[in-house]
Amino acid sequence: MFISRFYRQGAHTIKNLVKAPALNPRTSYSPVVYNQSIGALKHEFFSSTTAKQDSEDGNEENEKINVTFVDKEGDETLIKVPIGMSMLEAAHENDIDLEGACEGSLACSTCHVIVMDMEQYNKLPDPSDEENDMLDLAFGLTETSRLGCQIIAKSELEGLRLAIPAATRNFAVDGFKPKPH
Amino acid sequence: MASFLKLRWISKSFSTLSSTPLRICVVGSGPAGFYTAEKLLKAHGSVDVDIIDRLPTPFGLVRSGVAPDHPETKIVINQFSRVAQNERCSFIGNVSVGSSITLPELREMYNGVVLAYGAESDRSLGIPGEELADIYAAREFVWWYNGHPDCRNLAPDLKSSDTAVILGQGNVALDVARILLRPTAELARTDIASHALAALEESTIRKVYLVGRRGPVQAACTAKELREILGIKDLVIHIKQADLVTTPADEIEMKNNRIRRRVYELLSKAVTAGHASVPGQRELHFVFFHKPDRFLESDDRSGRLGSVRLEKTTLKGDESMKQVAVGTGVYKDISCGLALKSIGYKSVAIDGLPFDNYKGIVPNLGGRVLANASLGDMQYETGLYVCGWLKRGPTGIIATNLYCAEETIACVSEDINKGVLSSKSVKPGRKGMLELLDSRNTRVVPFDAWEKIDLEEKRLGNLKNKPREKLATREELLKIAGK
Ligand SMILES: Cc1cc2nc3c(=O)[nH]c(=O)nc-3n(C[C@H](O)[C@H](O)[C@H](O)COP(=O)(O)OP(=O)(O)OC[C@H]3O[C@@H](n4cnc5c(N)ncnc54)[C@H](O)[C@@H]3O)c2cc1C
Ligand SMILES: NC(=O)c1ccc[n+]([C@@H]2O[C@H](COP(=O)([O-])OP(=O)(O)OC[C@H]3O[C@@H](n4cnc5c(N)ncnc54)[C@H](OP(=O)(O)O)[C@@H]3O)[C@@H](O)[C@H]2O)c1
Ligand code: FES
Repeated sequence: MFISRFYRQGAHTIKNLVKAPALNPRTSYSPVVYNQSIGALKHEFFSSTTAKQDSEDGNEENEKINVTFVDKEGDETLIKVPIGMSMLEAAHENDIDLEGACEGSLACSTCHVIVMDMEQYNKLPDPSDEENDMLDLAFGLTETSRLGCQIIAKSELEGLRLAIPAATRNFAVDGFKPKPH
Repeated sequence: MASFLKLRWISKSFSTLSSTPLRICVVGSGPAGFYTAEKLLKAHGSVDVDIIDRLPTPFGLVRSGVAPDHPETKIVINQFSRVAQNERCSFIGNVSVGSSITLPELREMYNGVVLAYGAESDRSLGIPGEELADIYAAREFVWWYNGHPDCRNLAPDLKSSDTAVILGQGNVALDVARILLRPTAELARTDIASHALAALEESTIRKVYLVGRRGPVQAACTAKELREILGIKDLVIHIKQADLVTTPADEIEMKNNRIRRRVYELLSKAVTAGHASVPGQRELHFVFFHKPDRFLESDDRSGRLGSVRLEKTTLKGDESMKQVAVGTGVYKDISCGLALKSIGYKSVAIDGLPFDNYKGIVPNLGGRVLANASLGDMQYETGLYVCGWLKRGPTGIIATNLYCAEETIACVSEDINKGVLSSKSVKPGRKGMLELLDSRNTRVVPFDAWEKIDLEEKRLGNLKNKPREKLATREELLKIAGK
């Protein structure tokens, strides 16, 4: 029966279904973001090595990871995030335009980010029920969507790439149906 | 003033072709108004934005809608306050468009006007008995417990019966059910209005019925709110097992919609085997597949509500269409002393504004106001825009208004860049408006006066171990604002 099947699949296994681009067919996450960034990714690996050499304190360096934010226009910013810090805090410390209406209290969904790499997504702890409740309401939800305030930097996440979903004209969430044109 | 002008002079504008400063007025200081102002200030270095509101207090439904036991949701007020403190932005409270000042007057004084005044009325059921006492729109009840001055004196009777019926199963319905059922000791630590807390402390209501015309798969609430109400301490949940049987159309609906699937999942988990009623126990009954037919007068209390008659429904339509509820001719009555209609809000028209009475919104294309609501007419009202619930209808969370504002601001920006909003002479803007309001003896409440109210409310709250004690009458608010 459908219910029990859903229970078994649940959110835990959904992450393994790599192929399907979006959970909700009405949302408009565009895979273009991925394509655009492949070239830039290589470039950044080089520049991040330089950044590492520039730093005086090797120990401190070990406690930070490199994270790249790809904004709505597709522009990339590489930042260093101390282990233990949330991506929302890190974004704000680095003037990255990631909304955070509830300041990390898991009550708004505006800090929605898309983990650009499935392997990295799988390294994150599973979202809690509460995070999933907020993700339900996120715009442009994808298979690898998370809330920026709930992703905490840890060493396994070195090189993490996060896309900030482009605002769309499609408010297809929470009962709103786009008008036919 | 001098430094103000200098600031404007040095601030660069990348997008404004004309050199005369542009003055934009945003009507309504809810999420739509504040997000609009924020985006506008960010996109255009030489645009001034005034946000006006009919209340002396800003933030719209974040203050008067969001439930008192959801303080985290209200944190967004910090962000909005930073917008109001921007030197190119002013909040001007206690100014009602349509009465203190007309829309044509505003449009004359500003280069552009963005309407974001929300939805302050209600959909009606249109069934017999709706005029009886003890029946309220959920909006009124919410305003009452949230200290909105318009409903300070609502005084719903919570002591004549042990049962309340809530019609509708959206998040607002869940909010009001939770306020009725939650232990008042927990509510006492929130910013709930003190008159409401006192009434709830004396409330005899123990049973709340949440009535949906469709099934558990179509319940309009979201998982977060549902999880919360299901978790209320010592609350017995009643859901009929038979209502949880799904049809193929339901399963497709759930497959296509993550929210519906997760809500259904929570409801199915909440079903527990037959409860013996314990006297005094609080109960929440989910009633699915029933639509309101009429309200019946009480036998012994003339003019007062005695019960609600519901008609059993069945769903029609397949998975490709919205499944709709149709009556079956089978009825049942629920006796109750309070009924709250939570079937949706509705916007109100103001003079001089095109309005689509059927949809209850301002006709618009992406936020540009259309001169005529009728189909096929694509004439825009120059310099007039709309955002938020007034633009899309009364659905969506706070964040929805952020995306909605981005869409509206894209239109405003395009018009600014094309020079559509520029005028030969500088528009009088804030100064002109304030002079006019002054001549009409309208006392405005600027943001620093609101900050006095804010401080006073927090001070009063502190005395009672609450985050804030809301001042709930205009007189009190204006008194503190004027200090
Ligand atoms: C009961 C309730 C609870 C909610 N809880 C949540 C929640 O927990 N989380 C969440 O994300 N969303 C919640 N929402 C949804 C959220 O509040 C709305 O999406 C949002 O407030 C709509 O924004 P708005 O700016 O269009 O309207 P509003 O917030 O209603 O703002 C409209 C403003 O316009 C002013 N105004 C009205 N008429 C005039 C006039 N003639 N002249 C000048 N000013 C005027 C009003 O005073 C008001 O300040 C809730 C909604 C309701 C009804
Ligand atoms: N915590 C939060 O995030 C929060 C809290 C409160 C509100 N909000 C948001 O604010 C918005 C407004 O909420 P809402 O609850 O007012 O609206 P809503 O979600 O649209 O729910 C309206 C409810 O009324 C029912 N209804 C409508 N017309 C009816 C009729 N004629 N007879 C019987 N039932 C009828 C609907 O059933 P049908 O489905 O059958 O039409 C639905 O159950 C929503 O988007 C909501 O999510 C969010
Ligand atoms: S900042 Fe609100 S949920 Fe993350």
